[in-house]
Amino acid sequence: MEITRDLKNHKVQLSENAIALVKKICRRFNYEEGELINILHAVQSQFGYLPAEIQELIAKELDISVAKVYGVVTFYSFFTMKPKGKYPISLCMGTACYVRGAENILNEIKRQLNIDEGETTPDGLFSLSSLRCVGACGLAPVLMVGEKVYGRVAQADVRKIISEYKAGCPTHPSKE
Amino acid sequence: MKMVTLTIDNKTVEVPKGTTVLEAAAKVGVEIPTLCHMKLDNLEIENKPGGCRVCLVEIQGRKNLAPSCVTEATDGMVIKSSSIRVINTRRTIVELILSDHPAECLTCAKSGNCDLQSLAIKMGIRELHFSGEKSVHREDKSPAIIRDMDKCIMCRRCETMCNEVQTVGVLSAINRGFNSVVSPAFEQDLQDSACTYCGQCVAVCPVGALTERDQTGAVIRALSNPDKTVVVQTAPAVRAALGEEFGQEAGTLVTGKMAAALRRLGFNYVFDTDFAADLTIMEEGTELLDRLTRHLNGDSTVKLPILTSCCPAWVKFIEHNFPSLLDVPSTAKSPQQMFGAVAKNYFAEKLNVDRKKLVVVSIMPCVAKKYERGRDEFAVDGNSDVDFVLTTRELSHLIKLANIDFNTLPDEEFDQPMGMSTGASVIFGTTGGVIEAAVRTAYELYTKKPLPKVEFEELRGMEGLRHATIDFAGLPLHIGIAHGLGNARKLLEEIAAGRSQYHAIEIMSCPGGCIGGGGQPFHHGKSEILKKRQQAIYQEDRKKPIRKSHENPFIYQLYEEYLGEPMSDKAHHLLHTKYFDRSTVFEQDGNASETDDKN
Amino acid sequence: MTDYRMNILVCGGTGCRSSEGANLYDELVSLLADKGLEKEIQVVSTGCFGFCEKGPVVKILPDNTFYVQVQAADAREIIEEHVIKGRKVEHLLYVAPESGKKVPDSKHMDFYKKQVRIALRNCGFINPENIDEYVAREGYAAMAKCLGEMTPEQVIKEIKKAELRGRGGAGFPTGTKWELTRKSEADQKYVVCNADEGDPGAFMDRSILEGDPHSVIEAMAICGYCIGADKGLVYIRAEYPLAIKRLKIALDQARNYGLLGENILNTGFDFEIELRYGAGAFVCGEETALIHSMEGKRGEPTFKPPFPAEKGYLGKPTNVNNVETYANIPPIINKGAKWFSSIGTEKSKGTKVFALAGKINNVGLIEVPMGTTLREVIYDIGGGIKNGKEFKAVQTGGPSGGCLTKNFLDTPIDYESLTKAGSMMGSGGMIVMDEDDCMVSIAKFYLEFTLDESCGKCNPCRIGNKRLWEILDKISKGNGTKEDLNRLKLLSNVVKDASLCGLGQTSPNPILSTMDNFWDEYLAHVEDKRCPAGQCKAMMQYVIDPNKCTGCTLCSRICPVSAIEGERKKPHEIDPETCIKCGACMEKCKFEAISVA
Repeated sequence: MEITRDLKNHKVQLSENAIALVKKICRRFNYEEGELINILHAVQSQFGYLPAEIQELIAKELDISVAKVYGVVTFYSFFTMKPKGKYPISLCMGTACYVRGAENILNEIKRQLNIDEGETTPDGLFSLSSLRCVGACGLAPVLMVGEKVYGRVAQADVRKIISEYKAGCPTHPSKE
Repeated sequence: MKMVTLTIDNKTVEVPKGTTVLEAAAKVGVEIPTLCHMKLDNLEIENKPGGCRVCLVEIQGRKNLAPSCVTEATDGMVIKSSSIRVINTRRTIVELILSDHPAECLTCAKSGNCDLQSLAIKMGIRELHFSGEKSVHREDKSPAIIRDMDKCIMCRRCETMCNEVQTVGVLSAINRGFNSVVSPAFEQDLQDSACTYCGQCVAVCPVGALTERDQTGAVIRALSNPDKTVVVQTAPAVRAALGEEFGQEAGTLVTGKMAAALRRLGFNYVFDTDFAADLTIMEEGTELLDRLTRHLNGDSTVKLPILTSCCPAWVKFIEHNFPSLLDVPSTAKSPQQMFGAVAKNYFAEKLNVDRKKLVVVSIMPCVAKKYERGRDEFAVDGNSDVDFVLTTRELSHLIKLANIDFNTLPDEEFDQPMGMSTGASVIFGTTGGVIEAAVRTAYELYTKKPLPKVEFEELRGMEGLRHATIDFAGLPLHIGIAHGLGNARKLLEEIAAGRSQYHAIEIMSCPGGCIGGGGQPFHHGKSEILKKRQQAIYQEDRKKPIRKSHENPFIYQLYEEYLGEPMSDKAHHLLHTKYFDRSTVFEQDGNASETDDKN
Repeated sequence: MTDYRMNILVCGGTGCRSSEGANLYDELVSLLADKGLEKEIQVVSTGCFGFCEKGPVVKILPDNTFYVQVQAADAREIIEEHVIKGRKVEHLLYVAPESGKKVPDSKHMDFYKKQVRIALRNCGFINPENIDEYVAREGYAAMAKCLGEMTPEQVIKEIKKAELRGRGGAGFPTGTKWELTRKSEADQKYVVCNADEGDPGAFMDRSILEGDPHSVIEAMAICGYCIGADKGLVYIRAEYPLAIKRLKIALDQARNYGLLGENILNTGFDFEIELRYGAGAFVCGEETALIHSMEGKRGEPTFKPPFPAEKGYLGKPTNVNNVETYANIPPIINKGAKWFSSIGTEKSKGTKVFALAGKINNVGLIEVPMGTTLREVIYDIGGGIKNGKEFKAVQTGGPSGGCLTKNFLDTPIDYESLTKAGSMMGSGGMIVMDEDDCMVSIAKFYLEFTLDESCGKCNPCRIGNKRLWEILDKISKGNGTKEDLNRLKLLSNVVKDASLCGLGQTSPNPILSTMDNFWDEYLAHVEDKRCPAGQCKAMMQYVIDPNKCTGCTLCSRICPVSAIEGERKKPHEIDPETCIKCGACMEKCKFEAISVA
């Protein structure tokens, strides 16, 4: 589901369809306040992120304060108010990956892309986040681009992986 | 009632089951320090997240220290409230809080009134053993409230007031961990939110994170400008609380000293908002009777109940939350704005000065009044009817600044004519007071008979929601009273659902009414202070020779020579207002306040 | 499964699927179809085998042949050689690291020899998406027995007799917890399964839900029967898509079979289960925070008492257990408390699942009887330390636990012994560290985690952990003093003593345990400004040995900041001012010419 984004004002314009979809999701959960987190999950899975305007709409539908919605959104790291990049890079920062050098990998990605965790590159191609543990400890350190898992990543691999995506033809295209 | 017996610092105490360790300790004279905890007994307001960890005590048999404010006393508990372990931990915690707090005490608005400062003094903290990154947040300056969240200690009191008590829902804890803070959604400014500026967050903030927007400097500049005639009005609740700022017992009336102090500060005319309260009763009471009579005559277009409209936070609340009910409140302006309109028109004409050279200053128990004065509809060609609003606290700062020894001042009278008022107007300062004043007048106007008894006990009290039926010579008039916006919401929801039984409803945003306003001296969680202020208000009423608004001779004169009669065209023009739907647009209200601080 | 001549089990756990396990499955299925063998031979996508180190893993029944690191391209060989010709594919067999010999089947693998699988009994054996396979292995028999033959009191008595303790970390007796919730009177009660596994480096619960979801469903229903609840909720991490999918399938199947819903097995007992998703907040593993999160609020914990058993979800009595705890319930009912309590130690009965990871040869998911020593787990099951390095420490209990040295290797794994040693059982993360791991950095890593995950409600955790992290950071940058070490210890104890919930009360454990066990290493950092493990970047310098450098220029080309200069075929040099200590050059050098000074 696409939403138009006015980068200058950081305002997004919700289309009629988008509004209808959010309302439908709220209805599906019976407008129950207790289902807020499930609703946010459902909405984020449709839009990729949770811009302010969507949070306002959800608050209105559930008849709760928008501050409460925002308080919940900012409490849980899974929810984001920034659109992810075309190729979201996530790095596992579980202990197994950490002791096998994940921090160096993370720093290398930050350096290569010149962004911090939780940010997206200005061209919208990459965003970077760290995960708690993807449970693929046997492959540590683990890096994911979208759904694609890269295991036993070495620092030197980072530049290669990124440049493949930059070129638009990753040698390991995303599954699905 | 089941009782439990426990030992605190070797003292045995028996308390009812359900009592907290903190309360039990107080019973045997052990004052355990607290910070986030706040309990306003008779208002049923409580904040106890158990988060500050200052009230920790040692409970025999438990591995960790326990917060006494949320730990229920149980039979046989053995508690140490000041063992070395407790003292060290408590002190370290206060040091930690200070390590994330700006060291700006000297210039902080809350200095001397800050609970954190008091704790630090009590613990004799001379140096911080821990230091590091401090939380940094953008300062938010609304027309009424300043949020300086660098100072927030996450006690969550404001969040409790804004959500549970007032149901305004503007503030929430956001983010988590070290970055957590209390904020409006999207960290927007209060000005862009549905904040009503009721100021209850300010009233309970233990530190300087939430304060009123200070306008003392602007008032001093106006006073020292020889081209300006400066008029001051003081709201009823101010006289019942101002003395506290000068060490007087809560509930001491300082009306005369206040008038004297204002005169010494250089105000050209020391008037009284109470006069405007009497005027409000004339307009609002007439409107009530008008709607009532039409209703009784079968006019189905008339809206009942009628709601009082003196409280600007309440007005903003209905504008944001119940846009469909905007024709329900009385259209009468609040006393502050009636005063401003009369001053800038009638009185300016009388003095023969241009309204731009007449400066109207209000002394209010309220921070929302700072916002109200800036609403576009209360200005003529950009010149507001009320120029500056100072809270009770700000007035005390001014008096101290001017080196006036308040307690030894003689009692002086207000200036005339706009200093003349009745007992009915004084009780505007407490919950139940506006409606009682209205009833005193409406009864006599409706029944054409003198009141058998001036005081209406059935309208008084501290419960959040009250109702009473007054016999208007055979006509039972159903009256509802709410203080605290959460209680008001319940009445409004009844109206919206068409289930309201009332003819008239009084609403005040602050718990206790204006006596508990966000601009009053800090109660520090002691709710008995509010009760004492309320008693003082009723005492002032009893002292007044005239106790019904319609008997105020200057009111009479004003209608005679200027306004005509209540609800006349001129009265409408000057004394009535309209309300705006703010349910979707949280935009600025065109407040001109950014610049007028520099007057 | 008996209908087939041969079963090919393909590990469908997240680890193996990540490394192309899914493609492998598809490939095997289509090849079998090509050969017309699909009626004779079945390919089953199972839950985690546990041997994640060498994934994707394939096991062939009935002979237990165990193939490791199987790629989709190997499918053809497995079918043509093993299935058709009956010859094992030699190059896919597991090679025992010590002997260098190929191991023909899983029964002969050290990794599995010492394990006892109760909670993981079905993981890797059944297709988790097929309820019939679960039923064929005593599935729902325990529920039938409870509902049909036992009173709730009898079931609780049996659980108490089995002495099962909570596997989420704290080890509270499960039977007692159920009893407390049973005794709370209310019109509505709830059964909650905590599947918000969040320890960094732990994936036990996920593996159980992915490999054997019905065991959890069955146990929750039994719990509902015992405490008097007709509603269950699974609070599961949204980051576990596969577990969610399989759980949903399992719930649907259970409903279709009448094992969930109204009047289960005609006993008049109703029970339904809903899912609630976590959203990435570790603190929600704490039961009061979890309950608030399920109510759609910020996951901030509240002071206990009241415990959830009295006042939980929506203010009603609620029993909260974690996934592994539930997974133990059906076997206890089926085989009896006596059998269960015969396994383990005096105070810790049964088994414990661990996610074994870090610098160890056999990374994976294991289940061992309580009382097994750390040495047995690390060396016998785990196959010892990777790359022949020296063992330095083992961390248990995740961010709440501690690091134990080799002096503690013979500690038996049980709740009390681990706590006594200065760590804790925790939910089952076990991370092995070698000589290259700096203990100050490890403590800092865990603190960073808690700092990130602190809810911010109480001061000791919100500000205290921040200050602790800052002191550790200062030490790791070579700016620490001995006074800092004292402050570290003092503040750690205050944070432990004064925090509101388990997160803050245990967050300084990694600091305190590393300070206890590796004091010298802390001293080296503050007194000699030296990191003995060579991990703290601020204190190290990369140098090129001119005698070994051949001037191949590889290092200068890989250097991201052009800190290396030198002419071709001549020794190169690193400019320490420019160098960002990323280590890329050292990794790249073919002549071992670059070292850390």
